[in-house]
Amino acid sequence: MHRTGDLYGQFETLEQQKESATLGMWTFLITEILFFGGLFLTYTINRHTYADVFSFSSRTIKLSWGAINTVVLIGSSLTMAMSVWSAQVGKKKLVTIFLILTLILGTVFLGIKGIEYHDKYVEHHIPGASFDMYFCTNNPGACNLTTEELAQERTELKELEDKVGGPVAVNAHSQLFFSLYFGMTGLHALHMIIGAGLLLWLIVESMRGRFSPRWNTPVENVGLYWHFVDIVWIYLFPLLYLIDRH
Amino acid sequence: MSTSPTTPAVHQLPEEHYLNSTYGLRSWLLTTDHKRIALLYLASVTFFFFIGGIFATMIRIHLLTPNGYLVTPETYNKLFTMHGVAMIFFFLIPSIPAVLGNFLVPLMIGAKDLAFPKINLLSWYIYLVGGCFVLYSFATGGLDTGWTFYTPLSSVYSNSAVTPAVIGIFINGFSSILTGLNFVVTIHTMRAPGMTWFRLPLFVWAQYATSIIFILGTPVIAITLLLVGLERMFHLGFFNPALGGDPILFQHLFWFYSHPAVYIMILPAMGVISEIIPTFTRKPIFGYTFIAASSIAIAVIGFFVWAHHMFLTGESTYAALAFSLLSYLVAIPSAVKVFNWTSTLYRGSISYDTPLLYSLGFIGLFLIGGLTGLFLACLGLDIHIHDTYFVVAHFHYIMVGGAVMGYVGGLHFWWPKITGKLYPEFLARMAAVILFVGFNLTFFPQFILGYLGMPRRYHNYPPEFQVLNVMSTAGASILALGYLLPMLYLTWSMRYGKVAGPNPWPATGLEWRTPSPPPTENFDVTPVVDWEAYDFKNRPDLGLTQPSGPALSPAHGDD
Amino acid sequence: MQAQLPFYPDQASNFAPSVDALMTFLILVSLFFAVAITAAIVFFFFKYRRKSENEVGYPIHGDMRLESLWIIVPAFLSLAMFGWGAVVYVDFRHAPQDTLDIYVIGKQWMWKIQQPNGRREINELHVPIGRDVKLVMASEDVIHDFYVPAFRVKMDVVPGHYNTMWFRPTKAGTYRFFCSQYCGTNHAVMGGWVTVMDPSDYAAWLSGSSGTDSPLVAGEKLFTERACVTCHIGNGSGRAPSLNGVYGGTVRLADGSTVTADDAYIRESILVPSAKIVAGYQPLMPAFQGQLTEDQILSLTAYIKSLQSQPIPATGAGVLTTGKK
Repeated sequence: MHRTGDLYGQFETLEQQKESATLGMWTFLITEILFFGGLFLTYTINRHTYADVFSFSSRTIKLSWGAINTVVLIGSSLTMAMSVWSAQVGKKKLVTIFLILTLILGTVFLGIKGIEYHDKYVEHHIPGASFDMYFCTNNPGACNLTTEELAQERTELKELEDKVGGPVAVNAHSQLFFSLYFGMTGLHALHMIIGAGLLLWLIVESMRGRFSPRWNTPVENVGLYWHFVDIVWIYLFPLLYLIDRH
Repeated sequence: MSTSPTTPAVHQLPEEHYLNSTYGLRSWLLTTDHKRIALLYLASVTFFFFIGGIFATMIRIHLLTPNGYLVTPETYNKLFTMHGVAMIFFFLIPSIPAVLGNFLVPLMIGAKDLAFPKINLLSWYIYLVGGCFVLYSFATGGLDTGWTFYTPLSSVYSNSAVTPAVIGIFINGFSSILTGLNFVVTIHTMRAPGMTWFRLPLFVWAQYATSIIFILGTPVIAITLLLVGLERMFHLGFFNPALGGDPILFQHLFWFYSHPAVYIMILPAMGVISEIIPTFTRKPIFGYTFIAASSIAIAVIGFFVWAHHMFLTGESTYAALAFSLLSYLVAIPSAVKVFNWTSTLYRGSISYDTPLLYSLGFIGLFLIGGLTGLFLACLGLDIHIHDTYFVVAHFHYIMVGGAVMGYVGGLHFWWPKITGKLYPEFLARMAAVILFVGFNLTFFPQFILGYLGMPRRYHNYPPEFQVLNVMSTAGASILALGYLLPMLYLTWSMRYGKVAGPNPWPATGLEWRTPSPPPTENFDVTPVVDWEAYDFKNRPDLGLTQPSGPALSPAHGDD
Repeated sequence: MQAQLPFYPDQASNFAPSVDALMTFLILVSLFFAVAITAAIVFFFFKYRRKSENEVGYPIHGDMRLESLWIIVPAFLSLAMFGWGAVVYVDFRHAPQDTLDIYVIGKQWMWKIQQPNGRREINELHVPIGRDVKLVMASEDVIHDFYVPAFRVKMDVVPGHYNTMWFRPTKAGTYRFFCSQYCGTNHAVMGGWVTVMDPSDYAAWLSGSSGTDSPLVAGEKLFTERACVTCHIGNGSGRAPSLNGVYGGTVRLADGSTVTADDAYIRESILVPSAKIVAGYQPLMPAFQGQLTEDQILSLTAYIKSLQSQPIPATGAGVLTTGKK
């Protein structure tokens, strides 16, 4: 099918094309909700069954990074919304600027996520053969914990062992937590990376001046996608970081 | 034996059509034409049908004797698992939607293509990649978990190549999702002027309902099988009780998709039947709105019956009661369809063409499949027949007797449109009868085996079950012939068949208002629809005489 | 076997006649519809055969009365099937009081069975006629399913869960049982024979040889060996609640809720004690997850069950109402 201007050959009018693209994106997002839904369900059930270990494991993740990332991502949603608005009112320069800002914020988010993953790597909290919840208490030097934090963690681990039946169970169940943590945040990060790729494409297109009040559906649809990914994080943050902070 | 209703005029193939507009491998592998993509799918699902069929043949030969002389237990377990995986995920689920649906949905609604032609091509490539992973699993160690992948057998205990298989099915899921997304959007936004929702062919309604399931169900199985893969690779414990997981959770997630998946297989076939019956009775379908609505009802209610696969896992009695009741609820729209199809025959002008024979065969087999579904939904009976050959027979009646009969019937019906050629009518009728007889002989004995207590997935069995197993294997050999015949003569007809002309039956749908094979752009001018679906009365262009005979009051219907 | 259709297996339990009656009902209803619809199709097929090449059928678009008829009639028939099936199922899922409890453990690919007096069997099950038998089932690896066609009963055996099922054998003889949940390579040979005996024969068979301790005796030994007895003191003076009379009773928990002390609760309290703490006690008990085999848990449960008849101390029991009979 050949394209004439903005109109692809299979469509009769630009209106029809816009309607199709938007409906397509919404349908895709419904699929995405169910895709994440399976993970959320698995998480919720295990969170309920292993409440103690899950809250302990959750406390070993740094709240500050998660909070910063939440702010960063909400900010990126704002800039994304601004670029959609700019496209609708025809401010072609602003579209590009806001898209670039969104991309920068998205990259910052991924960078921070990388730091967090690295911390978990150092602490041996990545599921697999080397997973060990006791690594930090056994190797205090490696994890940058203060003496106070270390003592605290030791006591908590001891209490946990009594509750759930020994170090083997602590490791098994916290590994379950971290499997879900990495599964859910990893899937989310993958969506961010895809989103960043889409933003790059939009930036190139918008620098060519392709988006106008008449035709800006790509910006709008990537915007929808970006907000969706943002909302997923709004759910992930309390579930994974805040479950048992007092 | 009267052949198909050919008009005296000798037809010629159109000068340029979608098959000859461009040439070369590249023009096929990079095509975005929905009709060519449909043919790519036709080739690939046929390949997987062949693979699955070979496994089935070996299973039936092995079961000729109680102690099975053909293969070892390990191999037998791999055979039935790979048979299920190949047939369900790579043949049945994509068959009608991706082959006939792809070809027909734009033609039937008067569009030039699907809304997203590139995504359509992408979904075929995704299917291929998924298929390659699964073939890799088959070739390197096979798969012995059962197509249901129950944990912890699949995630911990099995020694076969589970990981590539679940990755393959995970990837393949996106192919289904994208096809469903494409159909939903296309049906919403690409209908020709005048093609209102209630003028849509029922096949399109069925595709719409199927697409809803693709969109809502497939992501759940994708993520679930991904978790199984991760559990295997990294020794995690989502579903492994030894590490704190719950194997029953897997079953909930698995059946949340895999029960609706049954409707993915049967709904499109019902759509095919709803096209064929009006055409070969030359009258509007009885109860159009009821058939359309029942497709949607099946798709929706189908999502709330999954735990009827789990009555005996120890789930709560209340859950079992609720899921049993809901399972009965989903039977009603299916019954409505059967009654309406049957009533359509009343006072029709019935021709004995092959597609109609397949449709009537479909109704008969689906009837038995559906009625035996009631046995399994019945809590008290399920205690006894769950996980026996009764279940095996039941779902083969639905999936093979139903879905495959619909698919093969549909292929015959639209073959002239797809290739521009007619298939040999006599051979085709023979094949339809052979399939029907062979199918019943293969699977009916299995109902009895099941009630006598033979569990499924057994590589050997007590000697008292031998007679029925031998009958079943004998039937399977007839069935195999029934499948080989169409493969041969359909291929033959592509070159040597008589030229069909644009509307050989004739039928009322928009797809028959364009040359056979259609041009790449489907229609020379965008069609405008000003007639109702299956309205033979107000269609002088079809060249039929008008009904005679005594008038009939609208409320009349004493069948 | 009188008045039985040839494709009905032997009827050897209380459930067999009720399941078969249900089957007969469904077959009759199905036959009615199958025959009626097939007859209609065949009749129309020949009667309305196309007479001339260009003929069309008579346009009938539908009929509301017929549509309602064939929605309502199947709906009522469905309800009848559902209701009858539900009655049988609920009966099957709720074991009566005072059953003969036999422990069944499935593992790839054999069944280990232990009679109440400790007599062990492999891939064989002996049961007396006329007695309500309850199988308490656990799995050591994957999901299995214990299926006795002649009894018309089956139940999945799920690792990490206890499932029970009951039946009352009604006819002496030997009948096959199968594993009917696919469990790996030798799934098809994971079966054996159920022998239904007269009660006196069964008693004689039971006393014939008792190679090992009964679950009760083994459980009592474990109770001492694993030092349970140091805290769970019978008179209620220990750091943990007395277990006298607990089994089958209602227990008040620290969070104010109550729970019935059934097999599953006892299993959980042994494996993960902190999950449900009895009101008035500290979470001191070590968890035994991964430290006891399914056999041992079953034995301990049998022992705790036997304490049902012991006098309940005034304080220190944690029991609200007893399950004492």
